[in-house]
Amino acid sequence: MSSDYNFAYLDEQTKRMIRRALLKGVAIPGYQVPFASREMPMPYGWGTGGVQVTAACLLPDDTLKVIDQGADDTTNAVSIRKFFEKTASVSVTEETTEATVIQTRHRIPETPLTEGQILVYQVPIPEPLRFLEPRETETRKMHALEEYGLMHVKLYEDIARHGHIATAYAYPVKVEGRYVMDPSPIPKFDNPKMEMAGLQLFGAGREQRIYAVPPYTRVVSLDFEDHPFERGGAQQPCGLCAATDAYLDEVIMDDIGTRMFVCSDTDYCRKRREVGHVGEMGVPKAEDAA
Amino acid sequence: MEAESLSGGFDNAPIASAHAFRVALDVMARPGKIGKISGALPPAPMTVAAGSLILTLCDPETPVWLAPSLQGATIADWVRFHTGAPLVANRAGAMFAVGRWEELAPITDFPIGTPQYPDRSTTLIVEMDRMTASGPTLRGPGIKDSIQLGLPDVKSFQANAALFPLGLDFYFTAGSQIAALPRTTKLEG
Repeated sequence: MSSDYNFAYLDEQTKRMIRRALLKGVAIPGYQVPFASREMPMPYGWGTGGVQVTAACLLPDDTLKVIDQGADDTTNAVSIRKFFEKTASVSVTEETTEATVIQTRHRIPETPLTEGQILVYQVPIPEPLRFLEPRETETRKMHALEEYGLMHVKLYEDIARHGHIATAYAYPVKVEGRYVMDPSPIPKFDNPKMEMAGLQLFGAGREQRIYAVPPYTRVVSLDFEDHPFERGGAQQPCGLCAATDAYLDEVIMDDIGTRMFVCSDTDYCRKRREVGHVGEMGVPKAEDAA
Repeated sequence: MEAESLSGGFDNAPIASAHAFRVALDVMARPGKIGKISGALPPAPMTVAAGSLILTLCDPETPVWLAPSLQGATIADWVRFHTGAPLVANRAGAMFAVGRWEELAPITDFPIGTPQYPDRSTTLIVEMDRMTASGPTLRGPGIKDSIQLGLPDVKSFQANAALFPLGLDFYFTAGSQIAALPRTTKLEG
């Protein structure tokens, strides 16, 4: 560990400020708490909010997992893992079940989280009403008055135009019957997983907002009686591990349009292949090793 | 200033406060759960749990209201020396308030936040003699089905929960034990 940094990079005063915001966020599920976001040694959009929340929560004996769109091995995930290995000397893992803190960009792991785990989301635009009403003063008033009609109009317009609710990611949810919340750009496939045993914390660095969903909190995706929320999901099994219950990424294989669908959660896919599941385009494990 | 006011801080502040915060976060996310928090050794009669929580969360930006029983010079100096937090006499200006329930009640004159900023409310740290897992039944976010926690009052907490999304949030401390009650928790009995 490089001891030139304070533990987990941030100074203590900053961590106290973030920690106070986190506690109020937990006490008011779905409400966006303003916080004095700091410059981090990475650009906005790379998870500065998530990194600050993780830094405020980490213990030296934590095991950290970082995923980007479900994958542990992408640039963003690798560099954030290395950042905390260096500044907080935590151990890191790619296994969902081993991790105590998981920082995520745009996915919830397929393996259900347990009581001891914390899921930290990186959030680009925390305000679900922002694209409907650009003024912060107005959206704050709308949350205060529980005035969410505009959001329903937006979903209704989806139905009028496309015949169904066409929002596929960052699908708005209502938390504990009060605040409408942006679940960050996770696919709506992940929305039902938000009622979980783990604690969910959200950090938006550029927009300077923190919010939270405690364990076992009601999280309802907005819908209409005659157009109920549909989770969506894969039309076919994963090409590598044949999973039918996972969220799949489409991968273009060549320039004549061949494509394959694979699990976006790399840990889930690898675990399945290790116990012998083989998809249509996968290779059995023994051959893989050779 | 007494020597006692200068000692009893965190040994290794970044690590000790990280451990203390994780407990504070865990019990706030799971109302009714009793956790163990330590690291600070405040002068009596302040408990280890309350002292550790104060060192973890308070700094010059957070006005603290101390109950009369904690207003002796030793404790006031201890809080000032270790956190730099301003001590206020006016409840309406407090971000944190510490004391026994008899001294904190009635809790209606602490700020409960505003409709646009419900987070701008006081967090009360209630010093208790002991922590018990029996008492009123709690339900709400963070609680799987229901859980029981010994509380000094029921009506005040029910009235506070009825203010949601406004309201106060509570920590209960006894020795090194800590539990929490956010405004979202509903009480029965």
